[in-house]
Amino acid sequence: MENLIVVYQALPFLLQGIITTLGLVLSALALGFIIGVPLSVGQVYGSPWTKKFIGLYVWFFRGLPILVLLFLFYYGLFNMIGLNLSAFMAAVLVLGLRSSAYQAQIFRGSIQSLGQGQLLAAQSLGMSKGMAIWNIILPQALRMSIPGWSNEYPAMLTESAVTYAIGVMEVLTRGNFIASRTYRPMPIYLTCAIIFILLSYTGMKILHILEEKVRIPGFEE
Amino acid sequence: MKRENELILQVKDIHKSFGGKEVLKGVSFDVYKGETKVVIGPSGTGKSTLLRCINQLTFPDKGTVWLRDQEVTHHNLKEINRFRQKIGMVFQDFNLFDHLNAIRNVEIALIKVKGLKKMEAREKAMQELKRVGLSRQSLLYPAQLSGGQKQRVSIARALAMDPEVMLFDEPTSALDPELIGEVLGVMQKLAREGMTMIVVTHEMGFARSVADEIIFLERGKLLESGPPEKLFQNPEFERTRKFLFKLTELYGDINGYRR
Repeated sequence: MENLIVVYQALPFLLQGIITTLGLVLSALALGFIIGVPLSVGQVYGSPWTKKFIGLYVWFFRGLPILVLLFLFYYGLFNMIGLNLSAFMAAVLVLGLRSSAYQAQIFRGSIQSLGQGQLLAAQSLGMSKGMAIWNIILPQALRMSIPGWSNEYPAMLTESAVTYAIGVMEVLTRGNFIASRTYRPMPIYLTCAIIFILLSYTGMKILHILEEKVRIPGFEE
Repeated sequence: MKRENELILQVKDIHKSFGGKEVLKGVSFDVYKGETKVVIGPSGTGKSTLLRCINQLTFPDKGTVWLRDQEVTHHNLKEINRFRQKIGMVFQDFNLFDHLNAIRNVEIALIKVKGLKKMEAREKAMQELKRVGLSRQSLLYPAQLSGGQKQRVSIARALAMDPEVMLFDEPTSALDPELIGEVLGVMQKLAREGMTMIVVTHEMGFARSVADEIIFLERGKLLESGPPEKLFQNPEFERTRKFLFKLTELYGDINGYRR
């Protein structure tokens, strides 16, 4: 009973964290998408040097633990170049850049699975390569990427809790704060877990609906 | 022969190597308005490469291509895109845009490349689909069409740009036998309507009934060319006779597309 009261009292404070958590996750995913798409195009169609550079970028952001990246950028790089970012903004930037590396690989796989034929056909009609990629390749590659991309959302959601380490006021940071005050870790962390599960479930549902909505007729399962 | 007509396309001494292997070793020929040229030859002799060198999907190492009095080769990419609009191409495996239905496949280049308004483009696209006998399938997606229908959509897509010459790269090779006729029928109709065409194919029935000239390509060189009657009955080289005999045996004969 006492546990319930603790949770009840903590709930408004925890729920405010949802805004931060979702804001962080959605912004980082969006940033990752905006950077990831051109990266994937460059990785497939770019010059050898472009490919090499992108390969290095991907290797860097996929090769380091998130915590290392967060500390490196937030306490290190951003300070060094005099970029005075809030913990939240820094987290968005780091998680977003990291996600772009992963997302680029998802999109690259889809682009490559399309093959060269449609690109050649588009060019044979007088489209420039860029025009063909934009109008023909990407609309299909992005659709095909949705199932794979759906992994990015729960992955990002669970990873977002790590930003606790630089003090972003997301769900876990708030939970931790209350747990250490009330000495009741179990109910509080359980509540945090339920919040994460619900966020994850809702997001996946929405992505699934999106996948159905943009399905190309004739491609049945 | 349609030699009295104006010269539309000139292919001059085209060379192309891939990874040190010379696929085309200097191929030249002229195409006149309204002419149908059929290119035949064993696989690996560079027939597809030759077509791609014409519309610059592959850049030849040496040699030139002329569309009327303008050189297609050695231009910047922008110019090449302009030339490609005038050179239609139909591929062996259709290469339809899978995320667009039939009519949008046909109209997208009209809108994006030619800058037509949506309504104009739709009207033109519908016209072209009708021309290949697919007005009723206009809203179907590629995955909902048969192979023959897909190829006809791709022909309509190329025709919509009002090309001066059409290139066909083995347009029936990926089709089930019973679907080949409908595609050849459309091509035959185009030839009758006076479209200038270069067709790479093994369909000898089509070559016999439609071609003004057959070009026999072997090992990257033009071995022999001439009107079908001459090549079938009285070829210069024994090699040509043997190859044509083989093709006819395999793919069809004089009286129809199929045995």
